[in-house]
Amino acid sequence: MTSVDPLRTGARRWLRFFPPVTMVLFLVPIAAGLAGTLLPSFGYLPGNENTGLSLMPWRDLFNAPGVESALRVTVVTGVVATVLAVLLAIAISAAWHGTRAVSYLRKWLAPLLAAPHAAFAMGFAFLLAPSGWLTRMLSPWATGWERPPDFIFVQDPNGLALLIALVCKEVFFLLLMIWAAMAQVKADKLLDIGRTLGYRPVAAWCKIVLPLIYPQIRLPVYAVLAYSLSVVDMAIILGPTAPPTLSVLVLTWFQDPEPAVRFQGAAGAVLLLVCVVTAIALWRAAECLGASATRGWRTGGARHFADTAVQWISGSIMMAILAVTVGALLTLVLWSLTTVWRFPDFAPNSLSLVMWHDIWPRLKESIIVTTVVASVSATIAVVAALGCLENEQWNGARAGRRSLTLLYAPLVVPQISFLFGLQIMFVMMNLDGTWGAVIWGHLIFVLPYTFLVLSDPYRALDSRYARAASSLGASPFRLFWRIRAPLLLGAIAISFAIGFAVSVTQYLATLFPGAGRLSTLTTEAVIAASGGDRRIAAIYGLTQFVVPLLVFGSAMMVSIRRARHFAGSS
Amino acid sequence: MRRFFLILIAVFAVAEISVEYARAETSDWDDVVAAADGQTVYWHAWGGDENVNRYIAWAAEQVRDKYGITLRHVRVGNISESVTLLVAEKTGGRTKDGRIDLLWLNGENFAALKNADLLYGPFTQQLPNFAYVDTLNKPTTLVDFTLPTDGLEAPWGMAQIVFFADTAHVKSPPRSLAELKVWATENPGRFTYPAPPDFTGTTFLKQGLMDLVGDRAPLYEPVTEAGFASLSAPLWRFLDALHPTLWRSGKVFPASYPALRQLMNDGAIDIAFSFNPAEVSSAVSRQLLPATVKPFVFKQGTIGNSHFVGIPKTASAKEGAMVVANFLLSPVAQAHKADPLVWGDPTVLDIEKLDATSSALFRDISHDDLMLGPRDLSRVLSEPHPSWTERLEEEWQRRYQR
Repeated sequence: MTSVDPLRTGARRWLRFFPPVTMVLFLVPIAAGLAGTLLPSFGYLPGNENTGLSLMPWRDLFNAPGVESALRVTVVTGVVATVLAVLLAIAISAAWHGTRAVSYLRKWLAPLLAAPHAAFAMGFAFLLAPSGWLTRMLSPWATGWERPPDFIFVQDPNGLALLIALVCKEVFFLLLMIWAAMAQVKADKLLDIGRTLGYRPVAAWCKIVLPLIYPQIRLPVYAVLAYSLSVVDMAIILGPTAPPTLSVLVLTWFQDPEPAVRFQGAAGAVLLLVCVVTAIALWRAAECLGASATRGWRTGGARHFADTAVQWISGSIMMAILAVTVGALLTLVLWSLTTVWRFPDFAPNSLSLVMWHDIWPRLKESIIVTTVVASVSATIAVVAALGCLENEQWNGARAGRRSLTLLYAPLVVPQISFLFGLQIMFVMMNLDGTWGAVIWGHLIFVLPYTFLVLSDPYRALDSRYARAASSLGASPFRLFWRIRAPLLLGAIAISFAIGFAVSVTQYLATLFPGAGRLSTLTTEAVIAASGGDRRIAAIYGLTQFVVPLLVFGSAMMVSIRRARHFAGSS
Repeated sequence: MRRFFLILIAVFAVAEISVEYARAETSDWDDVVAAADGQTVYWHAWGGDENVNRYIAWAAEQVRDKYGITLRHVRVGNISESVTLLVAEKTGGRTKDGRIDLLWLNGENFAALKNADLLYGPFTQQLPNFAYVDTLNKPTTLVDFTLPTDGLEAPWGMAQIVFFADTAHVKSPPRSLAELKVWATENPGRFTYPAPPDFTGTTFLKQGLMDLVGDRAPLYEPVTEAGFASLSAPLWRFLDALHPTLWRSGKVFPASYPALRQLMNDGAIDIAFSFNPAEVSSAVSRQLLPATVKPFVFKQGTIGNSHFVGIPKTASAKEGAMVVANFLLSPVAQAHKADPLVWGDPTVLDIEKLDATSSALFRDISHDDLMLGPRDLSRVLSEPHPSWTERLEEEWQRRYQR
């Protein structure tokens, strides 16, 4: 078969459009958004009074009350939470590899990942605040408290509650990424070799596997770092209030009626971006330092490294995290069914579905909006990711791959630093407040995750299948539909589910492009959290958790069934 | 160059205003109602309270049946989000077909929109039901935080600071700021207020300022640096002394009024306050406060104001928005809103001006001992000039947000 198949070149040409179109779809809004923040931070906002380049917003920013504390609490919670989450994920992977505990954890990872940040934060607060379920369980019989104790946790000035909640939430994402990377480098075989050389598990894992997989989990780690520094919804619910974290402070400034304060907000958003970029740069430097500092230890031949201690410490922290996560969700269930639940009663006076019934018409609407937006954006993201990856196969990998790393930009650029500019762009296009704008806004964040999840299994596919098929004359389309898609169905399903879950959690990316017209479970949950009726907040939080969970569950089933299918037929 | 643009903008603004006036004079209310039929009105209003949400849903049913208007409640966490959207619309060059048709607002948000010339109108004189508004005894229906409304926002409801105490723990509630301080010292950790710039928290600062300053007249003028320093000094001295006696020793403050009420409901504090005189009655009925909670006010009076609805200049459904604003002023809608089992928001109307059937609607409203009577609520202090709000919030954050 030397003659050129016309369909084949056609498809190939068509595939070429995927990376550029994808890039335009994603980079244009980010660039426009950043411009729409950067310019006002120097006093320029067309169509408004007192506009003209100046340093006034920056002067206002640094004179603003509370800005120093806000910056400090942001950096401390964000960086410490990331360090702890990374250390914990590594310790769990190293000390518990191959145990039954880990295979259970793997099975239950999906629901843990699917729990949206806002819902988790609410449950966390209802469980652990001074008036939370935990103190209610212990009061007054053990503590003697007839009224909530006056200790400061949840919205504490040092951000401890926020920090702990971030660790609880991010460790599962990091574990997923580590396990995916381990599968890629065939870590099991390497660890077997290590073991035959007498290395104990933790030393073997840290010396053999970690250096191999770290480059692959680097990006997710940066994403966690950036997320922890710039999170808004979780910080509103759990973070300090006077002053709040920088991201929340910037959001309130953006929404201040006084125009000068909005300019100051733009400067604050740029400051947050600078913070994130600096943190990532420092983290990168620390990686290099860490690598060279541990070189002697890594090659020194020591077979032991505190195995028991690492196993015990990481294991008990993980148990605590699982207990808090399950407890938080149970608390949400209980509050959503509550009529009256006074402190220090162990449980509500009575349970009823009255609140669910009252809220249902509105809840139903948000469920529909959420599901439609999430399905459409996840579908587009999966198609775009597959198109870009197919293009790599047919039109050369190098060029595409390098520019596609830009797709990860939304994971490290704080949302607050470009969404106001994005809103202006949507107004200019007369798109704001439409389904299209919201879906587009979500796509910016959904695509990087689907790409992150899909690209490794795709690139790891045995290329001999494709070569065999194509030497038998299969067109790219046919090859994709008959060979690659079936082989990848599990991974496609999982990446769709993750994309879906990411879309469900979007708060700012719904608020700004949606002009408030499209209310999703997340925007409703945040409003309900501001409303101070725990029962309603719990209903929204719980629904926000259940919807992506159902999608995740189905995806896991597809994935497991496919894996069995191929295992059985080979 | 910049001056040239400013002049240009001014010219356009004047031209636009005269066009609006011309339209206002010629258009007949029936034409407005006819044009409103079939329109969809997007109403941006705070969505954090179920009573308010339910009331707006009820209003939506009413205007659909009466006028063929589809009223959509856009629930926002804070109306300033919508102000931001209007600013984005302006920056993006939008002059019509905007995304917001009606906004629930007052105070600084109104001041910002009025100053930026983002509001449509004057339109209130066109609303037939505006004639029933009690502008004489309720001057805040025409003057919003000392700023004349100039017909750019239609009054919707009244608000006044009302304190409440859990009578299970508080035998005789403090009836003045000084008494409150004494009580707080004797009962450390049992009182707090929301952190400014939350509006309920800021109102507490204003209440303190009004009670502590000798002559209130300067508070109704735009703030000056010298005036602020001398007039606010007693307030900061008061707060410096009060804070150590507050919940969590005044190191942490609840974020908003709902968070304050939650503390009260958990029994973490014994005294709190709200901007809605019927709040206790309605919150107890919804099990958001224990039944032992009773309301009270300061002997010297408490701050009160009005809240309004306004229409952005860029609104797509101005007629529909006006018809909704007029409906909200109708005796039926106002009486329904004043019922504490519905919402309990006091009316802006003068019941004397109404005919017998309409005024009967107000007499039929259920009353209980959880609602203060008109005598308790007769001493209303008006809001100071909005520039004081900004300065008080800023200074409070500078002093206590570290």
